[in-house]
Amino acid sequence: MNIMLLTLSEQAILLLAGLVLFTSFSLLAQPRIVAAIRTFAWQGLLLSIVTVMVAIDTGLHHLYISALLTLLMKAIFIPWLLHRLVHKMEFQREQDILHHPVLVLLAGGILVIFCYSIALPIKQLSNSVTQPIIALSMSMVMLGMLMLITRHKAVSQVIGFMAMENGLFFAGVSATHGMPMIVELGIAFDVFVAAIIFGVFFFHIKDSFDSLDVDHLSSLSESDS
Amino acid sequence: MIDIIDFKGWILVIIQTWMFVFLAPLLVGWLTWLKCHLQNRSAPSLFQPYKNLWRLFHKDVLLPKHASLIFRMTPYIIAGVMLIAASIIPLFVVRMPSSATADVIVLVGFFALAKFFQSLAAMDIGTAFGGMGASREMTVSALAEPAMLMAVFTLAMVAGSTNLSTVVETIISQGLVLRPSLLFAFAGLVLVAIAETGRIPVDNPSTHLELTMIHEAMVLEYSGRMLALIEWSSMTKLMVYGVLICNVFFPWGIAQHHDLYSMFIGFVAVGFKLMLLAVCLVVAETLLAKMRLFRVPIFLSLAFTLSLLGLLSYIILEVG
Amino acid sequence: MIAVYFLVGIPLFGAILLGVIGHKQAGSRINLLLSFLTMLASLYLVFIISEQHTLGGDDSEFYIDSLNVYLLALTAVVGFTTAFFSSPYMLHEAKVRNLSDTRMRLYHSSYQGFIFTMLLGLSTNNLGVLWVSLEGATLTTVLLVSLYRTPSSIEAAWKYFILCGVGIAQALFGTVLLYFAAAKVIPNVEDSLLWTQLFAHAGELSPVIITIAFVFLLVGYGTKVGLVPLHNWLPDAHSEGPTPMSAVLSGLLLNVALYALIRIKMITDLALAGEQTVHIQNLAGYLMMGFGLISFTVAVLFLHRQRDIKRLFSYSSIEHMGLMTFAFGLGTPLSTFAGLLHMLVHGLTKSAIFISVGHAAQIAGTQSIEKIRGLIKTQPKVGWGLLIGTAAIAGFPPFGIFTSEFLLLSSTVHTYPWLAIPLLMGLSIAFAGLFKHIQPMCFGEQPEGQQPVNATMWPVFLHLFIVLWLGLAIPEQLSQWFNNVTILITGSGVL
Repeated sequence: MNIMLLTLSEQAILLLAGLVLFTSFSLLAQPRIVAAIRTFAWQGLLLSIVTVMVAIDTGLHHLYISALLTLLMKAIFIPWLLHRLVHKMEFQREQDILHHPVLVLLAGGILVIFCYSIALPIKQLSNSVTQPIIALSMSMVMLGMLMLITRHKAVSQVIGFMAMENGLFFAGVSATHGMPMIVELGIAFDVFVAAIIFGVFFFHIKDSFDSLDVDHLSSLSESDS
Repeated sequence: MIDIIDFKGWILVIIQTWMFVFLAPLLVGWLTWLKCHLQNRSAPSLFQPYKNLWRLFHKDVLLPKHASLIFRMTPYIIAGVMLIAASIIPLFVVRMPSSATADVIVLVGFFALAKFFQSLAAMDIGTAFGGMGASREMTVSALAEPAMLMAVFTLAMVAGSTNLSTVVETIISQGLVLRPSLLFAFAGLVLVAIAETGRIPVDNPSTHLELTMIHEAMVLEYSGRMLALIEWSSMTKLMVYGVLICNVFFPWGIAQHHDLYSMFIGFVAVGFKLMLLAVCLVVAETLLAKMRLFRVPIFLSLAFTLSLLGLLSYIILEVG
Repeated sequence: MIAVYFLVGIPLFGAILLGVIGHKQAGSRINLLLSFLTMLASLYLVFIISEQHTLGGDDSEFYIDSLNVYLLALTAVVGFTTAFFSSPYMLHEAKVRNLSDTRMRLYHSSYQGFIFTMLLGLSTNNLGVLWVSLEGATLTTVLLVSLYRTPSSIEAAWKYFILCGVGIAQALFGTVLLYFAAAKVIPNVEDSLLWTQLFAHAGELSPVIITIAFVFLLVGYGTKVGLVPLHNWLPDAHSEGPTPMSAVLSGLLLNVALYALIRIKMITDLALAGEQTVHIQNLAGYLMMGFGLISFTVAVLFLHRQRDIKRLFSYSSIEHMGLMTFAFGLGTPLSTFAGLLHMLVHGLTKSAIFISVGHAAQIAGTQSIEKIRGLIKTQPKVGWGLLIGTAAIAGFPPFGIFTSEFLLLSSTVHTYPWLAIPLLMGLSIAFAGLFKHIQPMCFGEQPEGQQPVNATMWPVFLHLFIVLWLGLAIPEQLSQWFNNVTILITGSGVL
């Protein structure tokens, strides 16, 4: 598959997919929490635009509903919820401590290459325009996990978790042009409930530990108990 | 066609080189003029850099007592490198006789040569600021070069060659193709260019506080025509990077045939693109603040990540 | 089919209802009543399946066959008995720990919601809905783990949420890949995630994609099963929540996750059956065996170091889930039969143990093993219940766990004799570890001022009686079901 052989709109799909991957990288290296929430909102917006373009290109109408769901949930509701929480707990000026941002970015690059090599066998079996995006979506999932691992504040970890879900949604759109509607609705509902539970959780953590630093949450381990 | 004794071609090369020489201060003047107007100050005239250089050429050279040969040779070496760079980068026409040496990696090597000598000269005279400037410059370039090379590799993979002239021609011939790899390489190269030419947010070119200097600290001891050559070299470097970015990523308008009409169009096109680029640069400089030195590596790793993303996008998205 | 709708609909209705009125005195009574009705629905379903063998067809959203009918009954029965235990227990806890009305509402509503998600997961035919219900099970229990709002319970709930969430996300990716492979072969794309369709067309699925999908699904659902090294959330979550929660989490949720793995392994085995080497053909089996054996070994070694009684039994859960995963990975008819039996008896025994443990902790006022002493002297029912339960879970004959472990070991000796050695060693180490901790707790001198509590121990004895019965003589209908499933999974039966 050569990009020059695709139509302009299909090229635009690939271009936007590249930008979505870039937002994943910038989430990795963004210490300011408010800026990370904004980047996450941009990611959701770009994802819904890509979904709409894929819907136009392939003619599958249920993708419009998926795009709308993603826009509402990932680009509007969850960033709004996180914003509100951060302001209520007065964390908006807090910065997450990033150890070795350069190494983390490099690790991200290696993960992208790794995911590409895993996704190579799938290459031969799909001939849709979105086939290259499968590797990208897998790497988005891995980058979300990397963000989860390398962060020390609970809010950033939640953003990493949601970014992982974004990658999974993207995988669904790119590999199979959307999942059956009932599954998509179920997943959206799960994400919605998860976001609300996270919100409740932050208050509990803040009440107990007076900070959202996850390092406080590591006292239960095998060496003591 | 490329011929060893292609008089028309070699004349074009000489014309292009002199254009770089003469238009670089105009570009810097335009930048200063824009910046002043944007910041609501009254601007010096567009030709002020010419007047500065003229003045400097007519002043005496004062050498420090212990200056060695390196200190005296460096301005000429740097000027020579800039002349070579000016002759091989396609300004308004591609496929000149000198294009055979227009390999991007060679260009990067030339710039590294210039930087090397400049750092040596700065350390040569033994002042504290010279050593400090040299070490900072080396730090910045040590991190910027991988990013630049990564962006160059992306370009090379897209165009199939590292020769600048071939790259420009290939990209024109492909027509309008939305390539994520080129988008990321462009972003990475812009960041690297900012670092290499010493603009905000990496280095403030108009600072007079020595402790905040990177590039200026290296040239504190120069005077007279040596200083003039070094100043002119940095202006040319800015123009070289600007032309590189404009002509490689937005090559439309450049002349592919050696007839007067297309060369005129090419000249107008590159002039217009440079003016636009200057506007963008000035807006960015006004909006951003200079970064603290230890944050520059993060800035450059962002550039590296962007270039790496460009390469990965090419492999994953564009060639399946 | 109506029975299925009732079975799934009653807990859902209950979750919504109890979300409104769950805090009142009547809340726990309503919880109990709803669980009783759910149990009746499941028993009715058992009756239907014993006549019809399967319920639901090739393209229905629900599918009940011999594999999930007994798990459904187990879930509903244990749900009921635990609800019975939970009524007075939670009233006592609410007084002692000063739980507000909102939290009691949350508790009861989440209890029913949790049962709903498990029953939905067990009875659905759609693998996507299975994923949704397993994620839903995590979500309904997260806030319950931190119900008591102590710092360690909040930490446990956070770890649970994040680790299980990340794990389940991998499973979603695997499901997407499965759908990707299926959409090419199954005629009606809408039905591509239905298990019956996938099973029927499994031979045509692309082996490459199925391999990748299986790995992701194993990692994902394996996190919820508690396979090492993805098990870190399990001891914390099971020990920090209220005891009824620990009982159903340990006894039931782990089974549902393993059930999901079994369904997917069935598809994977058929899809890979045409591969060249035996190693790739049995990839699913080898992976499950490997993970199961590692989980078993690690859990058994960690058992000795525990100082909290609930963490001790959580590691015992990990050990047994490792055994079961190993059994299903081994893939012989005998080991599959053993695994199915083990799922049943382990669910019953573990919930019984946790109920006894809950009472023991109430008597001693703490969950620390060193501080619990003299249970038999203080309250014989609790002490003996705990002791007999531990004996059952450690594999004492004639309890059911001994039977299933014996069958597994004999199957292992037939296929990979050298693997029986670590299994045997592990079982003895686990035995020693459990009794090392339990013996002083039950038989030691009782400390000053230890009073018996208001204990409902009949669920414990009921469960242990059933386990004893299953160890001595499995009812014919049940063994017929196990045999049917064994034929489905491995191609040949035991009986």
